[in-house]
Amino acid sequence: MSADRKTVLNAVHREMGARMVPFGGWDMPVHYGSQIEEHHAVRRDAGMFDVCHMTVVDLRGARARAFLSRLLANDVAKLQVAGKALYSCMLHPDGGVIDDLIVYYLAEDWFRMVVNAGTTDKDIAWLQQQAPAFGVEVRPRFDLGMIAVQGPHARNKALGLMVESLRDAAAALKPFSAVSDGHWFVARTGYTGEDGFEIVLPEGETEALWRDLARVGVRPCGLGARDTLRLEAGMNLYGQDMDESVTPLASGLGWTVAMADQHDFIGREVLEAQRASGDMPVFSGVVLEDRGVLRSHQKLFDGEREVGEITSGGFSPTLDRSIGMARLAADTGDRLTVDIRGRKLPLRRVKMPFVRNGQSQIDV
Amino acid sequence: MSNIPGDLKYTKTHEWVRDEGDGVVAVGISDHAQELLGDLVFVELPEVEAELVTGDECAVVESVKAASDIYCPINGEVIEVNEALADAPETINGDPYEGGWIFKLKAVEGEDLEGLMDAEAYAEHCESEDH
Repeated sequence: MSADRKTVLNAVHREMGARMVPFGGWDMPVHYGSQIEEHHAVRRDAGMFDVCHMTVVDLRGARARAFLSRLLANDVAKLQVAGKALYSCMLHPDGGVIDDLIVYYLAEDWFRMVVNAGTTDKDIAWLQQQAPAFGVEVRPRFDLGMIAVQGPHARNKALGLMVESLRDAAAALKPFSAVSDGHWFVARTGYTGEDGFEIVLPEGETEALWRDLARVGVRPCGLGARDTLRLEAGMNLYGQDMDESVTPLASGLGWTVAMADQHDFIGREVLEAQRASGDMPVFSGVVLEDRGVLRSHQKLFDGEREVGEITSGGFSPTLDRSIGMARLAADTGDRLTVDIRGRKLPLRRVKMPFVRNGQSQIDV
Repeated sequence: MSNIPGDLKYTKTHEWVRDEGDGVVAVGISDHAQELLGDLVFVELPEVEAELVTGDECAVVESVKAASDIYCPINGEVIEVNEALADAPETINGDPYEGGWIFKLKAVEGEDLEGLMDAEAYAEHCESEDH
């Protein structure tokens, strides 16, 4: 895929010493010198990420809630307080995952979605295909920028840069909630396993906020650290841990699927059949016992039997150990081996997350 | 611009080779290579006494981003490996040409370094790969 799309922060990244790489059609910073130091900055202090490549989509109309109830596997009926956010998959009729996203409830006739960069075009096409039946307007907001500020000191540092009228409301936000003054939209969400904000604002103000955050000691972080942070946090990555070929139930995302009551969403029948069959892969965290690095698509074995593969793997800077996520046969044991370049190394299954709020959640 | 010492020889695959006399050479990866890889987190060393042929995949360096093979630069036998890298692979990032050496080879009789690039040629090679 070509990398000709640039976020509004592209020149600033280069100025701040970023190594740029192609990502989902975008030219993005992978790190600004050391991915590991950026990772630690987020776990111990504060870091920021350019997430302008992700897409904000506003959904407006009197039947916006009914529309989302049909399109999302999680249930927007859970969103009863304005500003509340919900993580969900959006499915094809065959149960495959079109994308994973966050949806915010702003008003009964206005919901806001944030979708992945690489899936934006197909997401919008899918939303627009389904929207007319509900009279919902689908409006991608390419006029908005977005910066994620993450880490134990991230909120304090960011609050000082907000106008007073917004600051108090933002300081009072509960996790997984958002507030807007009609100008900036501030959500207490993220993709790192740390506290923090994701700030959506007019594109023209994005560079000034980035520079102001740097000035108050928030470290610029690239996609590399974003990946190791989300992996430690046990958060799935679309295109790696799930895609259109698998269901959320086979991707460790059963907790995001609301099948109780009459929630009639696209893909439900396939998920019900899969659940009833009992023949469903399990999705698990794994820790490599030896030195080495787990990578996507490495094969896993229980004794001599091949039982699955790594979907996401990498080095955990917090645990100083390689960790991963794996899709495995249902009857797989806890002690496995992984084939790394022809050698079988021991690994064990663990409960995710690996790390939360700076603290290891597993024994290594 | 990365550091390319003038007294070393280089391969197209970004290994450096230092002549240590008596037919012994030390091998590592260039400053340019470590920059491209990013933070190194694991090094798989060759076996001592392994007899290698030019172009053999004989070691692996893994960064946070990716695994990268190290290719043997000349025909020879591995006589020493840098065990310290097992606990401190990041040494290659900070000190690629001294503390970050990976293994030493005893060249087979008659083997020389004439087929490798000097610093100037290697600098041009890096430049051409960047564009």
